[in-house]
Amino acid sequence: MARLDPLALAGAKAKGKRPFFLDSADDERLLNILLVVVQELAVTRERMDTIERLLAQRGVLTAADIEGFAPSKAEADARGAWTQEYIARVFRILQQDKEALVTDDDSAEEVADELAKV
Amino acid sequence: MNAPVKPVGRLKKASAASRKPVSAQRRYDGPPDYRVVGRHGVYPETSHDEIARFNFLAHMNRHLSTQLMPGVAKAFEVRVEPSFKKNNSRPFKDRHEVRKALLNEPMFQWWSALRRATMETRQQAGRWVTLRQADALNARAAALVDRDRLKLNPATRLPRYVSAIDHHCMPGSYHTELVDGDVTGAANYDVGIFATTGGMLGLYNDGGGQAIAKWIKETLPSLKPKRILDLGAGLGHNVLPIAQAFPEAEMVAVDVGAPMLRYGAARAKSLGVDNVTFVQGDVSDLSQYPDESFDLIHSCMFLHETSMTAMPKIFKETYRLLKPGGLVLHVEQPQYDPKMPFFEQAMRDWDAFYNNEPFWTKMHEIDLDRFMVEAGFPEDSLMHGGVAAVVDPKVFPEAAKDSKQEDYGRKAAWHVVGARKPAKAKREAA
Ligand SMILES: C[S@@+](CC[C@H](N)C(=O)[O-])C[C@H]1O[C@@H](n2cnc3c(N)ncnc32)[C@H](O)[C@@H]1O
Repeated sequence: MARLDPLALAGAKAKGKRPFFLDSADDERLLNILLVVVQELAVTRERMDTIERLLAQRGVLTAADIEGFAPSKAEADARGAWTQEYIARVFRILQQDKEALVTDDDSAEEVADELAKV
Repeated sequence: MNAPVKPVGRLKKASAASRKPVSAQRRYDGPPDYRVVGRHGVYPETSHDEIARFNFLAHMNRHLSTQLMPGVAKAFEVRVEPSFKKNNSRPFKDRHEVRKALLNEPMFQWWSALRRATMETRQQAGRWVTLRQADALNARAAALVDRDRLKLNPATRLPRYVSAIDHHCMPGSYHTELVDGDVTGAANYDVGIFATTGGMLGLYNDGGGQAIAKWIKETLPSLKPKRILDLGAGLGHNVLPIAQAFPEAEMVAVDVGAPMLRYGAARAKSLGVDNVTFVQGDVSDLSQYPDESFDLIHSCMFLHETSMTAMPKIFKETYRLLKPGGLVLHVEQPQYDPKMPFFEQAMRDWDAFYNNEPFWTKMHEIDLDRFMVEAGFPEDSLMHGGVAAVVDPKVFPEAAKDSKQEDYGRKAAWHVVGARKPAKAKREAA
């Protein structure tokens, strides 16, 4: 039996030219990407909710334990560090824009030409 | 603060309730968890996160219809309509003008962009679920199906109105077979319809068929059909309730899409419904059945996926195939009658142009009665009714009671147009 590749096929395009509604098709592309990020956040949130409820049902912890949790200094620092790294990763492009303000780099196209010269 | 209350009957009750442990939770009013959907023998397996995805998408659709749609209506009222009147010194002349004006309105643009994105995301979510287990699903379907309950005819030609565009953005539509014996297209339709309707169709997504069966029994209590035909039956969501309502009858469910029929036959078998045969064919030509073969012919949400040239042929076939005194029923969203505001018509047309339902717009403007009469049905036999999905109200939201939501064109409430063939077919004077 032929194997179907869900990774390739799940997101296949439906026949029929796609309409775009926003003034910029690129904005609409980003909106589509964002919708799925929003979806996956809901999925993660639902999974955590399941875990918390199961832990509560089994008496491992209660919802109040979670609400009342106060990290120690070391724990808070570790979490803060994670959040910093996370934000830095997400906004890499803006960091690079900032760095570019004070540099005057050549493009790889330019360097390529230069390096190809005999 | 709790003020002391007089200890009188009703007041006391109210105060007792208000002294219950304070809960900051608002009253929940939304789709049930996906896990309430009924599972039959060929239903895809769904992981925790796949279910969470459908839950999210059901909420997304509900948000679009209950929260954002009213914004579109408001923007039409305060911006789109006044500015059109000002610029043109006249009101809108039809729904198409309204829709084209709406295309420049940001509320409409964002609502539309999100609605389209949500539909495409729903398709991807459903296809992921079904394609990752394609081999297992196809094997399960094949094992369940009774040979004599599934009549495939691969020579069936696909009508242009089916092949031209993938209806409701469903890649591959009803007919594409990715491998031999494929049912994944149908399984995707089944596994994700909850997300599009927010659970409005009930346990087996068959609330529409249940409503129709109930309507028939109430409206025509003496009807005892022996042979029933379903046109464009799909995977049989709305076939089985009718077959179950008339267990003495033999039912024939015709569709052009083989995956729908395979899945439908397997689903029927596993749900214990054994009086339906799923037949591949084009319902505009059912010449394999002789004249006067059926007592009842039914179509549900089918006509809007055909065409102007196909409809008269289909209606003629139903007339030919009905026994004298036989009944035909077509179930669809309401027609655009002249009393329906152009704005509502334009919003109902959204699915036509932006959700790949191109015949939806024309189909809803024509005079169905006239089509029925031209096919031979006497004018005085025409009947009209309204039905709303029948679901278990303890578990599922009820369309009939849902005033919050007017999901133009997608609400789980429909119109019925019917007609009867004269009891004794008129004979030409000899
Ligand atoms: C929107 S679905 C409705 C399915 C079903 N009646 C229900 O209520 O769930 C329309 C179905 O009509 C089928 N169809 C379209 N044109 C057809 C034709 N000419 N003959 C038979 N089936 C057709 C499609 O394959 C599709 O399954």
